[in-house]
Amino acid sequence: MVSADTVYLPVSVDLPQEANHSHEKAKMTNVTRKWELFPGRNKFCCDGRIMMAPQTSVFFVTVGLIVGTCSLFFAFDCPFLAVRITPAIPVVGAVLFVFVMSSLLRTSFSDPGIIPRATPDEAAYIEKQIEVPNSTNSPTYRPPPRTKEITIRGQTVKLKYCFTCKIFRPPRASHCSLCDNCVERFDHHCPWVGNCVGKRNYRYFYMFIVSLAFLCVFILAGAVTHIILLAKEDRPYFEAVKESPASVIVALVCFFSVWSVMGLAGFHTYLTTSNQTTNEDIKGSFSSKRGQASYNPYSRGNICSNCCHILCGPSPPSLIDRRGMVPPEVWESLAKESTVISNNRTYGAVPHPPQPQVNGLPNQPDPKQAMPSDIRCQSSPQQVAGAVLCQPSAQEPGCVRPSVESPQEILLTPTDFIKNRPSDLRDAELDLDEVTNAVANLSASRLRLLQDTTMIESALDLDSLEESVSSIDTGSQAGLLKPKEFP
Amino acid sequence: MKAGKTLPNNSAHGDMGPPRVAQTQLCMKVFVQRDYSDGTTVKFQNFFPPELEGKLERALFENTIGQLNAYFREAEKGTCSTYCEGCMACLTAYLMYICAQTHYEKCLRKVAKFVQEQNERVYKPKGLYLTNPVERGLRVIEISILDQPVVSRT
Repeated sequence: MVSADTVYLPVSVDLPQEANHSHEKAKMTNVTRKWELFPGRNKFCCDGRIMMAPQTSVFFVTVGLIVGTCSLFFAFDCPFLAVRITPAIPVVGAVLFVFVMSSLLRTSFSDPGIIPRATPDEAAYIEKQIEVPNSTNSPTYRPPPRTKEITIRGQTVKLKYCFTCKIFRPPRASHCSLCDNCVERFDHHCPWVGNCVGKRNYRYFYMFIVSLAFLCVFILAGAVTHIILLAKEDRPYFEAVKESPASVIVALVCFFSVWSVMGLAGFHTYLTTSNQTTNEDIKGSFSSKRGQASYNPYSRGNICSNCCHILCGPSPPSLIDRRGMVPPEVWESLAKESTVISNNRTYGAVPHPPQPQVNGLPNQPDPKQAMPSDIRCQSSPQQVAGAVLCQPSAQEPGCVRPSVESPQEILLTPTDFIKNRPSDLRDAELDLDEVTNAVANLSASRLRLLQDTTMIESALDLDSLEESVSSIDTGSQAGLLKPKEFP
Repeated sequence: MKAGKTLPNNSAHGDMGPPRVAQTQLCMKVFVQRDYSDGTTVKFQNFFPPELEGKLERALFENTIGQLNAYFREAEKGTCSTYCEGCMACLTAYLMYICAQTHYEKCLRKVAKFVQEQNERVYKPKGLYLTNPVERGLRVIEISILDQPVVSRT
């Protein structure tokens, strides 16, 4: 049931309905694939083939640095070194460069292992299972437990409930607050590659880091050799530098980056051999606490098989079907979802009464009174699309509230209902136009706005308690840091 | 928990193809959760949900789950060929993935085929519908009870 403190409000549309219609007709052809309705904050390019984090500026810095340094090296150092030493140098350099760029682009552009959010039904089912029996009787609302303890190979692991995704996060998964997704085997959010690093792209990330370390050392050595060979020709040192200033720039860039890149490569090699993630290492998940022996239950026993499995093992599929076509019926579940998001007490637990019959229409009920969500979902999609649930107490500035809440904006005339009833399978094809219009109307940004304004996840998604305890235990402040700052 | 009114337009159990979303949306659903006791490999709990009592034989349910688990075990097992595939992909700077299908994807095709076959043979005639777990992010296996509407909690 929708709680009493939420009021159902239509959002004012800038254009009048008639003018809007042709506009939407044009827009409707655009919303055909599922990535356009993706609830996270990711950016998509090339019709969903490429996905990245919302902020990508640092990624372009990375690309610029690598490409810039390499092109200077190939333009000024390579011709000299190929003649003086061996033509293999440009070839090796080119191979390394191609490998680095390919693994970088793969890391940045692929799905890190995002776990799709629960459908309303699934969320309701979880809710029902974890509900505290006496919570309905007691006057003060007591939330059900939000953690679940499971045993993995003899090690107790706590699963936390994700308020955004409406799921118990699988072990090793974590919610990335920047991308607003739960990511499987979450390592960290890396701004340098402009994506989260998780189960699906960790191997690309690791190969990127390692090959970049090699490339850095290779280019540094090449540039330094160039300068030394020039200086050897009985010239003062600064003459040599003057002759090839590009080598100096290249050498300086490489000299400063090689330390951090090599350090990171070493760190990730350690993590890979012990089958940990950066997230777990920083939190100290597997370090012994309070005398309790703790070990990594995910480790496969020895260094070799850990490496093999992480770097060459079977590559898991992307679980978000971002290039899939949007079926027209999806709109309905979307409408339900939007009620779920803004409702911080009964999220997910939206009841679905049996399909109302045409004659079972509510007789013009009070608009202030919450309508059964089912009727709302079955109603004209256009009206649903233009409507957003708002919390009246809310301070949200983005939520436009119309001055008049006339009942006819909210309620449907019976003819509307008959015409647009999507449950009627025979009519479904005819309804397609209107349904797709509605989907176009409900932009992803509007859903995002809802999530931003309700602030549910930002308040509760912070990994609380357990981490702070563990960080005290290990005596390190590192546990309090979120690993997203890590490069 | 048990039955309310049956839905009016659910007479079409026997027909082929998945039911329309609108049809599965309003019925009761049972979710089989993941079993993490062996780590993060994909494995579903073999525990028979009480909601299905009287609608589906326990052995049929266990067979379905067992088969699905076997498919996923095969997909995630580190055999020599999968490691070779991974190494080859790495050596070609992951350009191989553009044209070749991975072992996992092949297994997922088998899973999809198996789910469809189970639906036609076992689940549809009993008024149930099994959703491919890939469509639910490999978190759950969703079994819709088509002729039982959702019970609202009050």
